[in-house]
Amino acid sequence: MKVLVVGAGVIGAAVARELARAGVSVTVLDRAASAGGTSASGEGNLLVSDKGPGPELELAQRSLTLWAELRESLPAQLGPGFPAIEYEPKGGLVVATTSSGAAGLHKFAAVQREAGVVATPVDGRELEPDLTPAHTAAMFYPQDAQVQPAIATEALLASARLSGAQVRQGVEVLGPLRRGDRLTGVRTSDGDVGADHVVVAAGPWSAQVAERLGVALPVRPRRGTLLVTTRMRQRIRHKVYDADYVGAVGSDDAALQTSSVVESTAAGTVLIGSSRERRGFDERIEARVLSAIAAKALVLFPFLADVAVMRAYGGFRPFVPDHLPVIGPDPRLPGLWHATGHEGAGIVLSTATGELVADLLTGREPRVAAGPFAVDRFSSV
Amino acid sequence: MNPADDPVRPGPATAIELVVDGRAVPGLAGQTVAGVLLGAGRRTWRSSRSGRPRGVFCGIGVCHDCLVAVNGVDDVRACQRRAADGDVITTTDEPR
Amino acid sequence: MIETPDVLVVGAGPAGLAAAAAARRAGAQVVLLDAAADAGGQYWRHLPAERPAARERILHHGWDRFARLRGQELLADAQVWLVERHDDRPPTVHALVGPADGTAREKRVFAPRALVLATGAYERTLPFPGWDLPGVFTAGAAQALAKAERVAVGRRVVVAGAGPFLLPVAASLVRTGARVLGVLEANPWPRLARAWTARPAELFASRGKAGELAGYVRDLIRHRIPYRAATGVVAAHGDGRVEAVTVARLGPDWAPGTERRIAADAVCVSHGFVPRAELAVAAGCRLDPDGSVHTDAEGRTSVPGVFAAGEITGIGGADLALAEGSVAGTVAAGGADRRGFTGFPARLEAAHGIRPGWTGWLTDDTLVCRCEDVTAGDLRAAAEATGSRGLRSLKLSTRAGLGACQGRVCGRTVEELLNRHTGGLLDPGRTANRPVAALVRLGELAAHHEDHEENA
Repeated sequence: MKVLVVGAGVIGAAVARELARAGVSVTVLDRAASAGGTSASGEGNLLVSDKGPGPELELAQRSLTLWAELRESLPAQLGPGFPAIEYEPKGGLVVATTSSGAAGLHKFAAVQREAGVVATPVDGRELEPDLTPAHTAAMFYPQDAQVQPAIATEALLASARLSGAQVRQGVEVLGPLRRGDRLTGVRTSDGDVGADHVVVAAGPWSAQVAERLGVALPVRPRRGTLLVTTRMRQRIRHKVYDADYVGAVGSDDAALQTSSVVESTAAGTVLIGSSRERRGFDERIEARVLSAIAAKALVLFPFLADVAVMRAYGGFRPFVPDHLPVIGPDPRLPGLWHATGHEGAGIVLSTATGELVADLLTGREPRVAAGPFAVDRFSSV
Repeated sequence: MNPADDPVRPGPATAIELVVDGRAVPGLAGQTVAGVLLGAGRRTWRSSRSGRPRGVFCGIGVCHDCLVAVNGVDDVRACQRRAADGDVITTTDEPR
Repeated sequence: MIETPDVLVVGAGPAGLAAAAAARRAGAQVVLLDAAADAGGQYWRHLPAERPAARERILHHGWDRFARLRGQELLADAQVWLVERHDDRPPTVHALVGPADGTAREKRVFAPRALVLATGAYERTLPFPGWDLPGVFTAGAAQALAKAERVAVGRRVVVAGAGPFLLPVAASLVRTGARVLGVLEANPWPRLARAWTARPAELFASRGKAGELAGYVRDLIRHRIPYRAATGVVAAHGDGRVEAVTVARLGPDWAPGTERRIAADAVCVSHGFVPRAELAVAAGCRLDPDGSVHTDAEGRTSVPGVFAAGEITGIGGADLALAEGSVAGTVAAGGADRRGFTGFPARLEAAHGIRPGWTGWLTDDTLVCRCEDVTAGDLRAAAEATGSRGLRSLKLSTRAGLGACQGRVCGRTVEELLNRHTGGLLDPGRTANRPVAALVRLGELAAHHEDHEENA
């Protein structure tokens, strides 16, 4: 079996790796370079703390298990010369700063616990001595972790290559190759590429690729912006975020929303997010967005006021109206598959997404129920 | 250089004093923090990520090699900040 | 409050001063700002007002011109940290006014009818073994410390690199009490001669520049400073500070040949210039392939309402910057001015441009990124291990260019080296993309938020 994966981001890399390891002949195409889009624009979150019970949480829980395995197996496979993926099982600390926020956080944690998430009420300042004393509740999520997302993507791709996958960068999909009703490959900027199956894993650009292949897909870009401080002595030990974050992630509002997410990186910088705004592929960095992010971060960590920001960068998350990824075959065009729409959770969800695509394509029993991610759940499809 | 030998003949200057890592260091009003440190014979006052010494490299605010803490605030370019009388300068020789 | 001047000029070096003066003459209401405490830029950098000198002019060319231009109103200590582009009007410019890299600086926001960017350039310094030893400086650092602090970077100093800028640096050093052991130009005489003597009519047109250079050459002779072509510093040595440098003969493509060692306590290096283009990039201005801001003959960039003048449009020296600034300022103010420019920048590139053989003096453990301590070997290893052809991905894998200077020093070098190791990067030209153009404190950003809230 020959499978073509469109997109050399983290999802495409994880799909290619799982398929190649299952003995499938895999080619990954990307119109640009590997790990150059959404996968290089985020914090590298591996989170369960922001997810309520349901299919996304189940996918995340399976993903975390796979990431924990990769933490050992990738370096062993790739050798010491490969850059470290900086897996840090740091845990997440979710903080409320109002009394209603505290009540909401405790309620949310209670339903998460029933779904197997470890969520422990803590004294926030015991875990984070510099946290604002004015917080009203703090919940610790020890299962949350972090990786360096671009390196993790490259590591998954390198691992896929060792299992025989081919990665072709700078090759753009232009249109479908069809036989009857069936997709048999793609026309590209570098000639035709035949395949038994084509998996579109182009993140926020997936709708454009799908359109070139002849189907509509309701994936749109949702912009996010991050601030990066200069390197400093480590004073923040966990991923710390405001309980508002969960509300912003789940919101459908196109207007600017910010919630505070603050964490140290292995490089010694502090990443401060995050914003969510739907305005197409607009790359502009705006003062109002940076200011809103900064103001919220200072609510959690007042000491940050004198810390210098050296960089801001934006990226586009693949947004789907019901906030669930789209994973599986497209019944409208046999041979076409999707693995996209993970919004801000693509890094964590990549591993179980790759496994699920490989399970479905090779006829293995899926470890996670695939139904909720099916593309035909949309009325327009 | 010594003003008496200086061909540009600088005019009289007001003496100022900075506190650098707890020690008084004299300077002249209008000098940058880097100018005061170099004048006091310091060539380096910071360490890179792996502990290599750093001081002035570009001298015009570009390279960020010369960062110091001024009055408790980190990450000030010594070559750009004008020294003010009484400024407390903290240099970081530990890598960070 | 958003201020709406007719013309906002960013940078008060020769180009910016001339632009502001011309725009004022044309009747415009002008705001001229600069990150430094005084006007002059790097070219006319001088002792501070607290220490005025009787004979400042001996360190300068065109000091009378500066004396006339500097009387203008200047918003000093004003650091532009963000430029926001709009679809339907010129960009909004955000500045913080106060001590450099301070806290709680005063916020100023400008929505000018026309924006003139005159942000200048800084030196491109190629890495070599030992270039991060204390005692290695950019030539610009030697110049700045000599002019504004009266500090010599060493007692026995080697000046090396490429281009006419090495000459005034040597001149300043000898006037600051240093002994200059030599000025080493990487390019060979035939190339220098071909470029500088071709089309003599053009050279005549830029005679101000030629005269300035001739003055520096006379200066070298007077001070018995050797000027060597086809020669460069390829390593610096010392225990914790520079004690000696290795000087090599360089081939026509700068590949190093025969070496010798010279005892020296400082080396000042400049291999070329990089335009300070981050504000122009944020504004959406198109760049030329060499990274300078593309303009038409009247200083218009590709973005309506945005002009550029001086060294960010190509390295041409102060006379050209003054002329460009004057034209751009007039046109930005709504006037007209049609003057031709000389061929100096093209000449400079032909005579002194960086040649690819320089990588012959790199070793695997030569630092490339000084902020994050990334070596030439690290870059090659990451490209080989990942197989990525992405600059973004490889920067994230190695951290090259991600430190405090944000790739200002190493960006082009990293890009060029990775371009070779990957067989061609697929996302080149990202190195001038720095939306946050200067360090800004989170507290200052948050204070902006309160203003947005009040206005809402």
